[in-house]
Amino acid sequence: MKLVYFAWVRERVGKAEEELVPPPEIKTVAELVSWLKGRGEEYAHAFEQAKSIRAAIDRSHVKPDAVIAGAREIAFFPPMTGG
Amino acid sequence: MQARISLQREDFDVAAEAAALTRGRADIGALVTFTGICRGAEGGEPIAALTLEHYPGMAEAEIARHIEEASERWPLLGVTVIHRYGRIAPGENIVLVLTASSHRQAAFAAAEFLMDYLKTRAPFWKQVESGGGSTWIEAKDTDETAASRWHRPGREAAE
Repeated sequence: MKLVYFAWVRERVGKAEEELVPPPEIKTVAELVSWLKGRGEEYAHAFEQAKSIRAAIDRSHVKPDAVIAGAREIAFFPPMTGG
Repeated sequence: MQARISLQREDFDVAAEAAALTRGRADIGALVTFTGICRGAEGGEPIAALTLEHYPGMAEAEIARHIEEASERWPLLGVTVIHRYGRIAPGENIVLVLTASSHRQAAFAAAEFLMDYLKTRAPFWKQVESGGGSTWIEAKDTDETAASRWHRPGREAAE
């Protein structure tokens, strides 16, 4: 699946997007975050305040317990500050 | 209901957008126009510019969802939302919301609703450029509170 990052999440991860295949036991957005945090220091830093990071699956907002099966694109970003 | 959404780098012309929304129509009795403008200071400190990042694709979809919801709540006759991205200097326009209806109450309420949601739900992030470098603006609790007053029981906040 494609992961995309925005704002300071993007800066900390060090890339805007990437293709990753999480192991099959990773079922939810929260589990995906935990798995990402184990991938390296930059991910651990980006997701250290996991509660303040928002997620979207296929361009719709989701909560941490959302199931990732079938997702084409999962985005992670800080709380939004538009308008 | 006619709806126009535009995400763009370039500035917009408020008067031209208002004219385009109302042209040739005798059913519109109220047009509310809200323009968000880049301030020259943030937290008491002067700034050089704002840079707005957005999530292409999702930003349009999210704005369209909220226009749809606004049109279910109020009898709207037309809506225009324009949001700029990229570097924006103090004094320049950032966002435009136009809401048209037969009467003012619906137009005012829908414009507030759309702005509250743009602040908290549309995927845009502002970065401040100042003498000390670049910093991301933090989301304000007051914006969350403003958006939460529109919440309808039984609807998932994250949908």
